[in-house]
Amino acid sequence: MITQPGFLAEDFPPSVETFDFKSLIPSLEGTFWGPAFTKLTLLIWIAVAVVIVFFLATYRNPTLVPTKKQWLAESVYGIVRNNIAGEIIGVKDGIRFAPYLATLFVFVFVTNLWSIVPLAQISPNSHLAFPVVLAVMSWLIYIALGIRKHGLFGYLKHACIQPGVPWWVQPILIPIEFISNLILRPITLSVRLFANMFAGHMILLVFTLGGVALWTNGALLLKPAAIGSWVFAIVMTLFEFFILSLQAYVFTLLTATYFQSSISEEH
Amino acid sequence: MTGNLNVIGYGIAALGPGIGVGLVFAAYIQATARQPESAGLTRAYMFMGFAVVEALALLGLVLAFALDNTPA
Repeated sequence: MITQPGFLAEDFPPSVETFDFKSLIPSLEGTFWGPAFTKLTLLIWIAVAVVIVFFLATYRNPTLVPTKKQWLAESVYGIVRNNIAGEIIGVKDGIRFAPYLATLFVFVFVTNLWSIVPLAQISPNSHLAFPVVLAVMSWLIYIALGIRKHGLFGYLKHACIQPGVPWWVQPILIPIEFISNLILRPITLSVRLFANMFAGHMILLVFTLGGVALWTNGALLLKPAAIGSWVFAIVMTLFEFFILSLQAYVFTLLTATYFQSSISEEH
Repeated sequence: MTGNLNVIGYGIAALGPGIGVGLVFAAYIQATARQPESAGLTRAYMFMGFAVVEALALLGLVLAFALDNTPA
């Protein structure tokens, strides 16, 4: 889409349709398998390959004095292990979740990063389907942890009943706690990531395509405005980098918080 | 004039989370100013609170697109 400046101006303002991608295998277009091989799934596969190769390559010859790459890989894992798993869940219980949390963090970060990588320019996470899988995985894990720790009814009581609340508030509070702790968590977790990536892509499109629309308008006075719009698109790309790393961190942090609330003894 | 009322609705819906995000960061800055050693301790909670508050604005954004937007 970026490579076809001919009708970019008609694409302004950008709509939800700009998130639809055609199948990379033309014969599958329109069939059931059409959405299975799009640009987004290709980006996912590349992200998975990059993560696996990066960690395998950096840890093939670990040295006591780390090389630059080894330092990078170790500090990424170290941040998740110490600052998220260690501090939120607790050093004793939390370290065993560090591999899952680190994988989650790196995967979300790399897939988010596609939204500002030139030529890719879209994050797979700007489609709800991808964050939903991650959120449902975290959801199942924390429910399983809670049931294993407290038993089924013990966990329901643990998750839904707040101790120390007047009895007449409980009829309102228990349904609210049940819905927010057991049903809404995966939804907000996935929608947060999806909406951030969606809005980020939308903002970049507005400034880039808006610049094209202003430039091709013909009026001479609008040319500087178009350049200003493109400059702002670059500024927003840098801002987007901040947002996408923050969202990867927040996704992992909230997953760790949910794990902690499931295995904690009391509230 | 053409346009969509959803946009105005989203603008109003963003007010609350806007105030909320402001309060979260104000509280973090205040806590850090009073007790600089606690900055690392409260940072995780700041991001957690920020994420929870911000979710409301993002839900509004998604709904503004998801609702039927054909002109009446």
